[in-house]
Formats: sequence, C-alpha cells, structure tokens
Amino acid sequence: MSIVVESVSKRFGDFVALDDVSLNVRDGSLTALLGPSGGGKSTLLRVIAGLEVPDSGRVLIGGEDATSKPPQRRDVGFVFQHYAAFKHMTVAKNVAFGLTIRKRPKEEIEARVNELLALVHLDGFAHRYPSQLSGGQRQRMALARALAVQPRVLLLDEPFGALDATVRKELRAWLRRLHDEVHVTTVFVTHDQEEAMEVAEQIVVLNQGDIEQVGSPRDLYEKPANEFVMRFVGPVSELSGRWIRPHDVEILVEPTEGASEAQIDRIVHLGFEVRVELSLGDGESTWAQTTRTQVEELELTEGQIVWLRLEPEPVSV
Amino acid sequence: MKSKYALRFVALGYLVLLLGIPVALVFINAFQDGIGAAWDAVTTPEAQHAFWLTFIMVIVAVPLNTVFGVLCALAIVRQRFRGRALLNAMVDLPFAVSPVVVGLALLLVYGRRDGWIGPWLSDHGVQVIFSTPGMILATMFVSLPFVAREVIPVLREIGTEQEQAAATLGAGGLQTFFRVTLPAIRWGVAYGVVLTTARALGEFGAVSVVSGKLSGRTETATLFVENRFQRFDETAAYSASVVLALLAFATLLAMNLIRPKEAKG
Repeated sequence: MSIVVESVSKRFGDFVALDDVSLNVRDGSLTALLGPSGGGKSTLLRVIAGLEVPDSGRVLIGGEDATSKPPQRRDVGFVFQHYAAFKHMTVAKNVAFGLTIRKRPKEEIEARVNELLALVHLDGFAHRYPSQLSGGQRQRMALARALAVQPRVLLLDEPFGALDATVRKELRAWLRRLHDEVHVTTVFVTHDQEEAMEVAEQIVVLNQGDIEQVGSPRDLYEKPANEFVMRFVGPVSELSGRWIRPHDVEILVEPTEGASEAQIDRIVHLGFEVRVELSLGDGESTWAQTTRTQVEELELTEGQIVWLRLEPEPVSV
Repeated sequence: MKSKYALRFVALGYLVLLLGIPVALVFINAFQDGIGAAWDAVTTPEAQHAFWLTFIMVIVAVPLNTVFGVLCALAIVRQRFRGRALLNAMVDLPFAVSPVVVGLALLLVYGRRDGWIGPWLSDHGVQVIFSTPGMILATMFVSLPFVAREVIPVLREIGTEQEQAAATLGAGGLQTFFRVTLPAIRWGVAYGVVLTTARALGEFGAVSVVSGKLSGRTETATLFVENRFQRFDETAAYSASVVLALLAFATLLAMNLIRPKEAKG
C-alpha cells in the first residue's frame, strides 16, 4: 500500500518536531527516513502508525485517509528500537499476539507462527522467553510479530540501533532480502547513512522537522541538494572554499598546473582505505581519501610536499 | 572492620530490643497455661467471630483497594490531566493521617444522628457506624495507598512501548491492559496486595472508633485482644495476638517469596 503524508506538522510544547512535511511512499517500496536525532524522523514514522496525532495535515494509507484512525485500525506493523517484546510471553505467544487478538482459529495461528519463525530463522526458539534471546534474535522476533497480521505497511523505528555492529550488518542484509520476499511497503528510521544507503531504495533526509531531500541512495550521494545532505550522506572535506568528497581529491607528487601545494601531516591506515591529512599554505587544512596501493605507488610519507587537484566532475556543494 | 561489626550490632540490637523480645514474650505468655488453654481461648464463639470479622475486613478491603490502586496508578503514570499531582498526593493521605482521626472523620460523615449523610442512610435502613460497613470503610481508608505506591514505580519502569506495540497489533484498551500491562506489573500488584493485607489485618485505631466495640458483633481480632486484655483475660489476649502474629508472619513470608521474582522482572 502506498503512504501519502500531506502537510503534516507536529509540535511538542515549543519544540517543532515536524514542520509542514509532505511525502509519497510508493507501494511495495523500501524507504529510509534518515537524519540526525531530533530531526523529526521518528515522529513522522509514529504519525504514520497513528502513535502520534499530527497537529495538522493528513496521512493516507492505500489511498484512504487514516489521519483519525487509531493505530489498532491502521493495519500497520511497527517495530521498536528496543524490541518492545512482551516479556511474560514465549516467542511463539509474542508472534501470535496479533492473531490471538483477531480470534483466529488455533490451528491457523500455529501454522502462521511456525511459518514466520522459519522466515526470521527462529525455528527452535518458539518456547523460549524474550529474556533468553540475544538482541538480534529479539528484534527478529519483533519483526515476525509485526508481520504475523499481514500489515499493509511495515514501519521500523531505528530497528538495529540497539544492536552491536556485526549483528547490525547481518540484519541489514537480511531485512533487504526479507523485503524482496515479502514485498510489504516498508519505511524505516535510521541515523546511520551507511545503513540507509545499503538497505533502502529511497531515502528521505529529515533535519529540524523539514525534508531536505528525497532520492535514491545514488542521487543523494552524487547530487546532494545542499550542504546538509552532502555532509550527512558521506564523508566531506573542504578545498578552496568548496565542500567536496575526500575521494575526489587527487594527490600528485609533481607540481602541476591548477593544483595547490600542500604538506602531508598524517597518514592514517584504515585497512584498504587510507586517510591523508594535509595542510595547505594559508593555514587551511583538509584531508583526502585514497587507497593503500596509491600510497605505496606514490611513496607518500608524513611531512612530504604534494600537490592536490580535484577529479573531473567532482561532487560538491 | 570495627565499624562494620558496630553497624551490624546496632541494627540487630535495635530489632531485638524493639521487636524480638516483645514478640517472644507474647508467645511465652500465650502458652503459660499450656497449649490447650491457649487453643480454648481462641476458639470461643467471641474469638471465632472476631477472626471471622477480621477476615471479612480483609476479603472486602483488599480486592477493592487493589482495583482502585491499579486504576489510580494508571491514571497517575499514563495520563496527563489537571489535578494529577493532587491525586498523587491524596493517595498518600492515609499514611499521614492518624487512624483515630480517620475514625472520627467517618463518624462525622456517617454518624447516625448528626453525621453528614448518616441520618439519610439510617432512614433507608443502612447503618454504617457501629456496624460492619463502617469498619470496612475504616480498613479501606488506612490500607488504601499500598497497591498504588507499589504499582506506580513498576509502571514507570516498564514504559509504554509494550502497550504501543499491542495497539499496533490491533489490541484495544482493555485487551492491552489484561494481556500486556497487567502481566507486566503483576509482581508490583502482588507485593501491594501483601502489604494491604497485613495492614488490614492489624488495623486497630480507626476501626476501634467506628465499631462501638460490641463483643461478638463488631469486634475484630485486634479489638478482641484489647477487650480481653482489659478484662484481665491474659491468656485469651496473648493467644489471639499469637494468631495475628502468625498471620502477619505468613504475609511476610509471602512477601519474601515474591521479592526475588520481582527483582528478576
């Protein structure tokens, strides 16, 4: 089902969480709401779910006005950052919750729960309690619980935010695959640009209650609408008063026309990627992102004088 | 090291002097004429009626105060409204007001001749003062805060996410309460029930004022103890005290059985 948000505003006291926000989410798509904390992304998600009532504006789900509907009647699946597991119920009972509420026959519930537990790879865990699961397992259980009622829309609020880096990476890839299998319109909130880039088809960048840009991961990276988006979706460095991507800086060891002279302050090895910190003549400093091979080829050392040039057609604001 | 032992000595010594020795003496005095005499003293019709009446107090006051306490805690923690702070403070009032004052206050409201609504109730055949309803009201008043006070911090701690999750899964308000909220706060409720029960069992002052102390009619177990003591029937007074003490021990035991589970969440 498509989601349409029309001119939604929401304040909490003096704090403006959403300021006249409009958004279209295509049926069956996978969209990320990306932005810094306090930017309004969670509020927007909660407004779509019906967990917050907007001060003004409308929310349409599948073409019909859902603004005044309570969350119970919106047919949305919601996944919380801290899982919101029902601690006193087994994994199976958690997943079955929505179906039990809908008074489905016992056999149907059991079959559906088994199917979902298989989908989220928790087959053997039906009779455990949430406290006996790891964070990643709890979040997969929460996902199965949200999917059990076959929601028209799946909403996830920082779903991997409370997990450690390895599990987070695993679950991202897995969410992507899950979406390919289930095809439910999915919106998730994240403050991690890498996560948004990796998982989403469409990214909505929110800042201070406003949408800065909507686009594909590639659009956002290559054609950022403004400095904020440029800085938020990737690494930036400054050269002659322009914001550029540090991998668009070319390091030359010979003086070249149009290139500016700089001295290498530090070379930081981050595995394959190497970060070269430089100072320019006029007290300005910048950095360039390059590779191990490049550093070895050019025999770069700290203290060396080099020349910097921008790649043709760099991304810049 | 010395201060460590001093601390234990003070804590333990305080308890022994204040609680241990007096309670032990109650037991000794109860059985001074033998177990048979003690048994006979607590199984007289008056004694049986007194325990029965105490049982009535507990069985009525505890469930009502449990329901009220949970509702009150929900209103205080989950809702925002004018007067919420006032409600929060009012719940504690029974802690602050002396039970004797509670008894007198009930007389002013329900007194048969010059109470506020007492005469009207009396005309309609309802007698509150010097009768069981008044004693129940007194017991309810003094044991009111315990459930709310135990449940409020638990409700705050569990937060609202589980309830919101239930709502997005289609559960209505009552379904969410019975399937999600209540199971999550159950140990807080149980602990509150134990404290309420203990308080209702032991209530003396407020009940004493409104009961009229009619032996065999409006005499609870604590009033029975006082009555026998004043009539120099020490065996009966101390034996009934032992029964009350044992009931109190049982509730304490229940409390300690609940505690570790509560800690586990």
